[in-house]
Amino acid sequence: MVAIDLQGVSKHYPGAAGTSVHALGPIDLHIPTGSFVAVVGPSGCGKSTLLRLVAGLEMPDGGTMMRYGTPLDAPSHEVGIVFQEHVLFPWNTVLENVLLPADVLALPKAAARERALRLLEMTGLSAFANHRPQMLSGGMRQRAALCRALLADPRLLLLDEPFGALDALTREELSLELSGLWQDLGRTAFLITHDIEEAILLSDRVLVMSPRPGRIRADIEIDLPRPRNADTPALPRFQELKQQIRDIIFDRRA
Amino acid sequence: MSGSSSSRFADRATIPAVYLILLVAWEVSVRVFAIPAWILPAPSEIGSTALKWAPELGLNSLVTLRETLVGFLLAIALSLPLAVLIALNATARRLLYPILLGLQSVPKVAVAPLIILWLGLSEWPKIVIVILVCFFPILVNLIAGLEAAPRTMLDLMRSLGASQHMIFRRLRIPVALPHFFTGCKVAVTFAVIGSVIGEFVAAQEGLGYLILISTSQSQTPLAFAAIALLTLLSIALFHGIEWIERRVIDWTP
Repeated sequence: MVAIDLQGVSKHYPGAAGTSVHALGPIDLHIPTGSFVAVVGPSGCGKSTLLRLVAGLEMPDGGTMMRYGTPLDAPSHEVGIVFQEHVLFPWNTVLENVLLPADVLALPKAAARERALRLLEMTGLSAFANHRPQMLSGGMRQRAALCRALLADPRLLLLDEPFGALDALTREELSLELSGLWQDLGRTAFLITHDIEEAILLSDRVLVMSPRPGRIRADIEIDLPRPRNADTPALPRFQELKQQIRDIIFDRRA
Repeated sequence: MSGSSSSRFADRATIPAVYLILLVAWEVSVRVFAIPAWILPAPSEIGSTALKWAPELGLNSLVTLRETLVGFLLAIALSLPLAVLIALNATARRLLYPILLGLQSVPKVAVAPLIILWLGLSEWPKIVIVILVCFFPILVNLIAGLEAAPRTMLDLMRSLGASQHMIFRRLRIPVALPHFFTGCKVAVTFAVIGSVIGEFVAAQEGLGYLILISTSQSQTPLAFAAIALLTLLSIALFHGIEWIERRVIDWTP
């Protein structure tokens, strides 16, 4: 089955003095259920626009978009999003933040609370459930945001440069955690990133995007064994894939 | 350790010391230059007059405080629904904003006699003047606050399919609260001025009335005592709101 199916999708934004900026497309995108698909590309290549379209936060100018076999024309509670910045409410505790989807979707309170506490435990945040997010480190905040995205048990997880604001060590740690979590939960995930290693480490497929207008230049299968761990980046095949993707990105720029 | 604590003491003592020096300079210059008390009384004379007239000053302070607080609270009650309407509805904004701006641009001192003409000699004309002077800062700040929710947070709520009501409750109101308190702090000092304007035009009680009467009888020290009380009232109300603000908004450092 296909989670997300985009065909011939394009997006323009109004530019200066009545002109129109061609931000994206036309793009075809297929995300099979159960797979982890990443998009890498330089900033300004339209990858964030692509994620906003898949999230249903914006509508394309052309093409068709389907989500689990039905037209994608609005956000869905079947989709959980982790944004680039954690976007946690500073006036709520970590637990209240994680429970936000339950409040919005009017889920049964006790069950949601139980699930929230379990997710916080899985991500090592149990001790911080009643803290305000501003008391947490950047990595812990992003873990909390991940818990929130997973609370309503979404079929599809969208990750918009989720570790982009973190330091390199925390980023690697969180990537591996996410990889394990994703495998345990057996969900479909779509990751946007500018970090090639992160994309390879996590994904089954890496799509390479090029800018102006944003297009998919290559679709690369990541045939590395799972589960992946801290040693995975040392594999010769990992380095090969990384070089292959770098070549595609920089060839375009030269 | 002792160095830092003594410098902290110096920090805390500096400002009261400056005020004290200013008061002493005032006292000394009035005595040295033999300025008559009906032009500029010395702080010591203002103090002794205030003690002599303490019951009257207290009673009139309560009247002014009452007018100020009732008017201020009614201004908040009026601003809340208007701000919500204007922040959420573009038509309401186009319709109401020019009217409210026009109302704000009318000099309140100039319409005070009319309001007293319409509402008589009760405390209500003063309360209405207080409402008129302080609803606008509350309203403008509240509207700005209700519109200040960051796009990323709105995206998050939209991605969850949240209703407007839910977005309001979980996001817009908490974001608006600090703006609301800023508006209140500006408004409450205006509110005291509003009461005095009303009392200047027509009143038999209140600190404004006391100032008017005492200056007309060359009782300048009493006028100064009343002005000092008005100032203290204003400062106390400002800090009172700040105190509530710190308890309500406990998420910003």
